Amino acid sequence: MADLRCNIAGVTSPNPFWLASAPPTDKQYNVERAFEAGWGGVVWKTLAEAGPPVVNACSRYGSVDYNGQRMIGLNNIELITDRPLEVNLREIEAVKKAWPDRAMVVSLMVPCEEDAWKNILRQVEQTGCDGVELNFGCPHGMSERGMGSAVGQVPEYIQMVAAWCKQHTRLPVFVKLTPNITDIRHAARAAAAGGADAVSLINTINSIVSIDLDNMAPQPTVAGKGTHGGYCGPAVKPIALHMVADIARDEATRHLPISGIGGISNWRDAAEFIALNCGSVQVCTAAMRFGFGIIDEMVDGLNQWMDSKGYQTLDDFRGQAVPNVTDWQYLDLNYKTIAKIDQDKCIECGLCHITCEDTSHQAISKTKTADGQRIYTVIDDECVGCNLCHLVCPVPDCISMVEVDNGLPYMNWTQHPNNPMSK
Amino acid sequence: MKSVRKSNEKRGHDIASGRLPAATIKDNFSDLHPPLTELQAQAESARCLFCHDAPCIEACPTDIDIPNFIRKISTGNLIGSATTILSANIMGGTCANVCPVEELCELKCVMNTAEHKPVTIGRLQRYATDHLFARDTQPFQRAADTGRRIAVIGAGPAGLSCAHGLAMHGHRVDVFEARPKAGGLNEYGIAAYKMLNQRAAREVQFILDIGGITLHTGQALGKKLRLAELRDQYDAVFLGLGHNVANRLGLEHEDTAGMHNAIDYIERIRQEDLSSLPIGRRIVVIGGGSTAIDIAVQSKKLGAESVTIVYRRGARQMSATWYEQQLAQTNGVLIKTRAMPVQVLIDDDGLTGMVFETTRLDAAGKLQGTGERFEWPVDVAFKAIGQSLDLSAVGHELDTIQLQHGRIAIDAEQRTSLSDVYAGGDCVPGPDLTVHAVQDGKLAAQAIHRSFARESSHG
Repeated sequence: MADLRCNIAGVTSPNPFWLASAPPTDKQYNVERAFEAGWGGVVWKTLAEAGPPVVNACSRYGSVDYNGQRMIGLNNIELITDRPLEVNLREIEAVKKAWPDRAMVVSLMVPCEEDAWKNILRQVEQTGCDGVELNFGCPHGMSERGMGSAVGQVPEYIQMVAAWCKQHTRLPVFVKLTPNITDIRHAARAAAAGGADAVSLINTINSIVSIDLDNMAPQPTVAGKGTHGGYCGPAVKPIALHMVADIARDEATRHLPISGIGGISNWRDAAEFIALNCGSVQVCTAAMRFGFGIIDEMVDGLNQWMDSKGYQTLDDFRGQAVPNVTDWQYLDLNYKTIAKIDQDKCIECGLCHITCEDTSHQAISKTKTADGQRIYTVIDDECVGCNLCHLVCPVPDCISMVEVDNGLPYMNWTQHPNNPMSK
Repeated sequence: MKSVRKSNEKRGHDIASGRLPAATIKDNFSDLHPPLTELQAQAESARCLFCHDAPCIEACPTDIDIPNFIRKISTGNLIGSATTILSANIMGGTCANVCPVEELCELKCVMNTAEHKPVTIGRLQRYATDHLFARDTQPFQRAADTGRRIAVIGAGPAGLSCAHGLAMHGHRVDVFEARPKAGGLNEYGIAAYKMLNQRAAREVQFILDIGGITLHTGQALGKKLRLAELRDQYDAVFLGLGHNVANRLGLEHEDTAGMHNAIDYIERIRQEDLSSLPIGRRIVVIGGGSTAIDIAVQSKKLGAESVTIVYRRGARQMSATWYEQQLAQTNGVLIKTRAMPVQVLIDDDGLTGMVFETTRLDAAGKLQGTGERFEWPVDVAFKAIGQSLDLSAVGHELDTIQLQHGRIAIDAEQRTSLSDVYAGGDCVPGPDLTVHAVQDGKLAAQAIHRSFARESSHG
C-alpha cells in the first residue's frame, strides 16, 4: 500500500484527510470520534479571545438538494465556537496528548489588533497543538464585526495580521482565505508577504441557498427572517480547484503549501486537489452529511488509486496537474475532436440529439428505422467538438470525443491570424 | 385431531363461502401494489432521463406526455403532473392501475437497456393522479355552452372519455347506460385488487363534475333507446357498446351448474360481500387472457384450494402478459398450457369434472388435438375465452351500420358508415384494453367537434 503520510508546513499527519474548522471540530467528543474513525487531523473550530462567547442563531443550515440527492450544496449561518475559550483550550490539549500522531491545528479569529493576536497565540501554544489557522474567511456574522472575510478581502490586513502572528508564535501559521474576492492571488500574495507558512482555501462562499416560498424568507429561517451564509459542499469544488490552481501557478505563491478545501467528498476529489499541489485536504460537508465513517473510503480509495498508478507517496503526484493549467490564450486552437457515438451502447434516449439540436450546433441527426429504432448519428462536418453530448449522455463510454488528426500545427490565440494583436 | 376431508375426490360440487377468515379475505383483496411513498416517488422520478421523442410516449395508446408528467412529480408539482396525464387520458387514474404497462410504456422505457429495470411509469402515474383525486381538484373547465347535443350509448371507458371530451368543448352530452352504474368494465369487469376503494365510481364522478353531461342509467339500446330516434334528436351519436356476451366453448353441458362465465363472476366479486361469496374448492379456468388471470387469482384469494388455468396454446401465445402470468403463479395458480377442454362431466347436480385433450400444432401451424386425453374432477369451471358483441341483443338497431368481423366498422376518425354516428371501445375492431377505449372516445370527441366546426364554417 502507498504511504499516505503528509507533511505540510511542518505539520504531520498519518494521512492528508483533515476535518476543516467547523461544527465537527468544535468539541473533544467529536474530534476523538473522528480520530477513532481514522481522520488524519483536524482544524479545531475557530476560537475567539477570552470573554463572553458568541451567540448562535437557530436554525443554522440550508441545503441545495438535486434530483433526489441531499446536500449537493450546504450553507450555514453559524458563527465561530460559542463555547468558553478555556474549555476549548483544555480539550485541545487533552486530545493532542491522547492522539499525538494526528495533526491538531487551531483556527483563530480575534480583532485586528496586535495584542489580541499575541494573547490568543500565547494561550494556544500552551495546548501543544501543531499549528494555527487564521480565519480570514467566514463571510457572515463575524465579518460585520470586522473579522473573518472582512480581513480576507483586504490584502494589506492579511499581510499585517500574518506578520504579527509569525512574530508572536513559533507555530506554523496557516492563513485561511475567503473566495469572496475577485482574484485570489492578491490575498495569497499578501499571506506570503506576511510570512505565512501555508494557505488554506477556500472558505465558504457568500450565499442564499433558497427562498421558502410559503413564508417568503431565505433558508435557513430564523423567526421568519434569513440572511446570507457560507456555501460549501460538492457544488463549490470547481470554484475551489480554480483558486487553488491560481495560487499553485502564481510566481509569488507557488512555493506556498496549500491545505485544499471545498466540496471534497471522496478520495477522487482529494487526489484532484493534491494534483494541484495541495499538501493536505480539509473536509466538512461530506462528514456532516454521512458522519465520520467516510474516512475509510477516502483513505482506501486514495491508496488503491496510488497503487494502481505506482505512486508511493503523496509527493509522487503532488502538483502534477499544475503545469497543465494554462491561460485560454495558450490553448491550441488547431486541436480538433469530434463526438463519436457507440451505437451498441446507445439506449435511444435522444438527449444528445435534442440538446445539440436545441442548444448547440445541430450536429447529431436522428433517423428512425421501420421497426421504430432511433438512430442518432454525429454529422462530422457540423460537430465542433464541444463535449455537450458526451456530458448529457447517461451511458458511460457511449459517446466519446475522438481526436481528429487535421495535420495542423499548434497555434494559440497569440499567434492566430484572427487576433488583431498577433504579429 | 386430524381433520378428514369428506368430499369425494371424484365428484364436484364442493362450493362454499367463507373458505378463509373474513379478515384474511379482506387482506388478500388489498392493493396489488401499495402506493409509492413520497421518497419512492422522488427516487423513481429522478430515474427518468426526460428522453427526447420518448419511446414510452410512442407506446402509450393515449399519447400521455410521460417524461413531462414525471418531471413535474420530481419538482413537486403533482397537480400539474396529474393534469398532464388526464389531459391526454381522462381515465389516467384507472389506467395507472390496470394498464399492462409491462407491454406498453414500461416495455419501451430506455432504462430497460440502461439498468435492466424500467422507470415504474404506471406507479408514478398513480402517485400523481391519486394526489389530485384525494384533493377533489377539478383541473378542467368546460367551454361555454354551444347548444350542440350528443348522445353517448354506453358509460364505459370509451363512452365516458368521449362524453368528457365533448363536454370540454361546451357541448351537451346525454350518456345512456344499460346497467345501474356507470364505469363499464372499470366498475364491473376488472379484478378487485386493482380497483380499490370505489376508484371507478370516483373517476366517473370526476368526469361528470365538469358539467354538461347527464347520465341516464338503466337505458339499453334496442329497448327504450332507438338509434333512429337518437339520430333525429341529437347532433351526433357515439356508440360505446362494449361487449355484451361471453364466448362459448361449444361443448355439451357448458351451461350446467358449476360452469360460469368468468366475466360474470368477476362482476359478483366487484359488487358483492366477499366473505359470503361462494367459491369452488377445485377450480379450472379456461382461457389465456387478463380475464383468466383475474378470475384465477381472485379465486385463490377467496380460498379456492386448487386453481388451474388451462390454455390451448403455449405461454407465449397467451394474451395475458408475462407479468400477469407471474402474478397468477405467485398466487398459487397452476398454468397448464397446450390442452383444451373436450367434455364437461356432470351428474344430477351439475358439473363434476372436465376432460381435456392435449394439443399440438400441425405442419401448417394449425392447432389440433393429439388424441391424448385426461380427466380432472372440477367443482367450478370459469370460461374466460373472450367476449363479443352480439348484435341480436340490440334488435335491429344496428342493421344499417356496416360491420367488420362482427364489430362496428369505423374510419380513422372513429366514424361509422353513418356520418353522424361514431363508435369506439370494445365494439369496434382493434385491441380491447381500457386505454384503447379511452383513446377511441377521445378521438371520437375530437372528430365530432371538428365536424361541428366544419358545419358552422360552411354555414
